[in-house]
Amino acid sequence: MDYFDILVSILGSTIRLSIPLLFTALAGLFSERAGIFDIGLEGKMLAAAFASACVAYLTGNPWLGLLGGIAVSIVFSLIHGFASITNRGNQIVSGVALNFVAAGLTIVLGQAWFSQGGRTPQLAGEARFSPITLPGVDLMRDVPVLGPLYVNVISGNNILTYLAFAAVPLSWWVLFRTRFGLRLRAVGENPGAVDTAGISVTWLRYRAVIVAGFLCGFAGAYLSIAQSAAFIKDMSAGKGYIALAALIFAKWKPVPVMFACLLFGFLDAFANFMQGKAVPGIGEVPVQIFQAMPYVLTCILLAGFIGIAHPPKAGGVPYTKER
Amino acid sequence: MSTASVPLPNWITYGLMPLLNLLMAFLISGLVVWSIGEDPVEALKLLIEGALGRGDAIGFTLFYTTSFIFTGLSVAVAFHAGLFNIGAEGQAYIGGLGAALVALSLDHYVPWYVTMPFAVIGAAIFGAAWAFIPAWLQARRGSHIVITTIMFNFIGAALMVYLLVNVFIVPGKMAPETRTFLPGGQLPKLDWLMAWFGLKLGPAPFNVSFLIALVMCFLVWLLIWRSKLGYEMRTLGISPSAAVYAGIPYSRTVIIAMLISGGLAGMMALNPVMGSSARLQVEFVGGAGFVGIAVSLMGRSHPVGIILAALLFGILYQGGADLSFEMPNITREMIVVIQGLVILFAGALEYMFRPAMVHLYQRLKRA
Repeated sequence: MDYFDILVSILGSTIRLSIPLLFTALAGLFSERAGIFDIGLEGKMLAAAFASACVAYLTGNPWLGLLGGIAVSIVFSLIHGFASITNRGNQIVSGVALNFVAAGLTIVLGQAWFSQGGRTPQLAGEARFSPITLPGVDLMRDVPVLGPLYVNVISGNNILTYLAFAAVPLSWWVLFRTRFGLRLRAVGENPGAVDTAGISVTWLRYRAVIVAGFLCGFAGAYLSIAQSAAFIKDMSAGKGYIALAALIFAKWKPVPVMFACLLFGFLDAFANFMQGKAVPGIGEVPVQIFQAMPYVLTCILLAGFIGIAHPPKAGGVPYTKER
Repeated sequence: MSTASVPLPNWITYGLMPLLNLLMAFLISGLVVWSIGEDPVEALKLLIEGALGRGDAIGFTLFYTTSFIFTGLSVAVAFHAGLFNIGAEGQAYIGGLGAALVALSLDHYVPWYVTMPFAVIGAAIFGAAWAFIPAWLQARRGSHIVITTIMFNFIGAALMVYLLVNVFIVPGKMAPETRTFLPGGQLPKLDWLMAWFGLKLGPAPFNVSFLIALVMCFLVWLLIWRSKLGYEMRTLGISPSAAVYAGIPYSRTVIIAMLISGGLAGMMALNPVMGSSARLQVEFVGGAGFVGIAVSLMGRSHPVGIILAALLFGILYQGGADLSFEMPNITREMIVVIQGLVILFAGALEYMFRPAMVHLYQRLKRA
């Protein structure tokens, strides 16, 4: 295999590995921009993956599976909202709690319902989101450089992949060009001002966490019914936290979020590729270096060595209307 | 009228409310058990029998309790200084490296009671070192400690897997673990303590680190409520701006609090590494760092509360393992659900019942 083919195959898997990160990081973007920290992204993604796989298995329809995942993920969001908005509880504690509930409940229910050690049954082809071949693949195949990129990287993904990339400009537009987005960002910076303007802080924040739940639903569905054909226990495997890292790495902005997710996805794909291979002159590079890289990069960024990441000012602070 | 500012007597705040929250968590867990077609009362009976029914069961329960006391104390110390240390898991993992290095280098030459103090120090130093960078980042660069400690859990896990697979592995073996420590690098079991109560320990790995944990509880109590440093930490935790006004140095207090927190988390490694498996293994922490969050919240960050809450989780872990044998439909992960619900109700929703309590209390007082 020459270097170009290798690159194309790594880029292809970069896309596949970035998508759950992208949905989840955008989910975190909405929540955190509204001033609600969301450590529970991981749990929501996992719960959604489980629900999607169950519904898709029972109905044989991936779209219903996706809906199921979104519904469960939004329920988790609402619990998070109830704890952190209505009851003014600690948002981080609430998120940690929901991660545990999701991690445990998916396995307990999966085992009780399907008796396959926490797995859900294998999905048939039509119950999953299958790869879409874009028009013109046959024409493009022989074009040098662009051809293989188009055929193997851009075409041949499932519908959720394209939706994820569409969600990036859409999120930008909602957050920065609509009244809802302006208010949402305001409530994350200075909820008192929003309240003074006669807008309900509570309702705005609830809407933000619901949007977050909605997007996590896509991430979960992608894991279990697009990328795989079943739910496997703990299948989110820390992706929620990597997405959180990507969100911070991108300084809470939608388009940089996409690039951060692609970067972290690339590191993951590259680590998979490098497994067991030796680099000339250095020898075998341990895969753990690539695995730790997203976290190390985020810490370096947080330390202020690559620009400064300013989180939303009111992030993590419950809003108390009366004193 | 706001109910948040009405004072409630201590027995409600520290006794009744945690109990109510715990009850809610158990009620919902019971609902889950019932919904998968098992009898929750029967499950609870099996769980308690499995945790406290026999000598070796009690031994296992106390073994888990020991780990949870350490991590609970770790989270609590940080909590008093207003810091949320989610990194106890990673700090304990790295702490295991410190304990193992001491055990590996001394076990040929000296008996266990000489190794032990060095191992305690080694584990604490390594755990503290892993907490230092997030602490420094929080204190000096303003990065959020929750995020950095989460990141450091993952970095620590990657580092330990690398070390075990590439450095410590015994040549010719497949399992990524160190060699087995000789008796000089092991902490002996507490069968004599169990014998006092007429119980047989059997194969349970209940060991000396339990006593170390109890000593640490006392020291943490001394630190938090009887020392200047503890006073400064609590001031910082309640009001950072008041602390600055009072001349309490912010960076120094944050860093010291996190170092102590990380050290306590690191000591947790003594229990599984030197007290049970007598070798350093991949993922030996097994989530105990996260249980520490639940333990600290349940125990209201007080050593006595932490011992009780750790015992509760010890019972859940041991009993839950036993339960999954008796009722295969209820897998071990049911404990994780209960743990999550306890964190949710005792932590995030701790004020849910407060308004109702205030109304009830005021009515009672008037009557």
